[in-house]
Amino acid sequence: MKLRSVLVANRGEIAVRIIRAAKALGIRTVQVHSAADADMLAVKLADEAIEIGPPAPKKSYLNIEAVIAAAKRANVDAVHPGYGFLSENGDFADAVVDAGLIFIGPSGDAIRLLGDKVAARAVAEKAGVPTVPGSDGRISSLAEALKVTERTDFPVMIKAAAGGGGRGIRIVNNAGELETQFPQASAEALASFGDGGLYLEKVITRARHVEVQILGDGENVVHCFERECSLQRRRQKVWEEAPSFLLPPEVRQKLCDSAVALARSVGYRGAGTVEYLYDDETGQFYFIEVNTRIQVEHPVTEMITGIDLVEEMFRIAAGAPLSVRQADIAVNGHAIECRINAEDPRRGFMPAPGRIERLEVPEGEGIRFDTMLYEGYVIPPFYDSLLGKLIVWGEDRAACLARLSQALARLTIEGVPTTIPLHRALAADPQIAAGAFHTRFLETWLETEFAADGGRAAEVA
Amino acid sequence: MSKHEIRSPLPGTFYRSSAPDVPPFKADGDAVSSSDAIGLIEVMKTFQEIQAGVAGGSIRFLVDNEEPVMAGQVIAEVEQ
Repeated sequence: MKLRSVLVANRGEIAVRIIRAAKALGIRTVQVHSAADADMLAVKLADEAIEIGPPAPKKSYLNIEAVIAAAKRANVDAVHPGYGFLSENGDFADAVVDAGLIFIGPSGDAIRLLGDKVAARAVAEKAGVPTVPGSDGRISSLAEALKVTERTDFPVMIKAAAGGGGRGIRIVNNAGELETQFPQASAEALASFGDGGLYLEKVITRARHVEVQILGDGENVVHCFERECSLQRRRQKVWEEAPSFLLPPEVRQKLCDSAVALARSVGYRGAGTVEYLYDDETGQFYFIEVNTRIQVEHPVTEMITGIDLVEEMFRIAAGAPLSVRQADIAVNGHAIECRINAEDPRRGFMPAPGRIERLEVPEGEGIRFDTMLYEGYVIPPFYDSLLGKLIVWGEDRAACLARLSQALARLTIEGVPTTIPLHRALAADPQIAAGAFHTRFLETWLETEFAADGGRAAEVA
Repeated sequence: MSKHEIRSPLPGTFYRSSAPDVPPFKADGDAVSSSDAIGLIEVMKTFQEIQAGVAGGSIRFLVDNEEPVMAGQVIAEVEQ
């Protein structure tokens, strides 16, 4: 089947990114938007735009019927879901296919299988991918939970089987706490998710978040190496790198091979990411979850491999085999991405919508800025606060950090507070330069280093 | 008797209750004290509590649950 036109079922910077990739391939673009997004950049860039509902996401970007109706009306061949919104909704993928269109991503069945935490863990184990020590699926009693901790030791996380995105998690440090918290967690899970099912996982206290980019065409699967995404605040990534520079080469090989084995075991089709925790001290990595979509941080992988992941998604969806073989994919240099959000890092990351009065974007070799901003654009309050992503490449990590500092100094966004001062301080921090961080590093650093100098170091940098 | 207007400090989406399955903070006609929560504003996926800011009787809401609001828009009126 030929793919000549696409409906972009998303908004913001990723909609812009998808339209640019489509244009490069000569594909006609149709952009959906809510009533609050008529002025967004993707609407201006697309060949056609269709309003699908009021500002609230559940009445527009999350409204399956409205999106499918727009796709039919625009007579497109395919739908690209981007990230967030309906991108990991198996029923949406099915609805697109039922409408006679191509869903740019894996099948609804694959999305549902890999989106279920307990089922995905079973898939990983079957494919020989190490998982975090814990219970085998759901546990139904405290006695069973205590038995599991004989193997895992403490601390352990009590997780709701139906939870996700950091919700429904409790950490307990000893058997006494487990006895108190287990019944509470079960009652809470039942109330919050309508499912009281729990499982246990060992807490890896000083872990890095490392993830592998994969591409599959239904038959072959390749990896595009890994990303390091340990700098997080409230479980949201803030700064990402590729590759994960301190990973020993033999660990990197095993990690990437395991992601390919997992994806191959389900005949994966499309771009995806297998996420892991990596323990520096033991050299062990553990599977966390699979994301069956393009990710926010995909550009760092593009910068070090030269592969355009979004263009590759279009080719796979059109039925073409992968355009690259594993042997052709190599790591060249180092890349870092800074997420620029409309939040004030000095006031508890309070988000603030508003009008962009001035925008100056650094340009030059190894510098890329993926954004939906333009001067005069009014950022609506109804969606997330991501404004853009500054991605910088260097021959090695030190060169990349130096270029990043220069690029951040030249990036100017006026009209709303942004996280640029946070990134300037991070780029100048010796601990960041040494790479000595883990998933809980940033929150502590914000309270000590960043709060202590009030971000002043960033301003003189 | 005068009317006091409670305005939204931020643009966003207004919610009458703390979660979809719980009763509203206040019903039309309720009395309020200054520190009472009367609703939430969701701005860029972050929730801010809106307090009455004034004591009075018989609150009347001018914005429905889950409706978009502009900064400075009157959300409710209280009789003083």
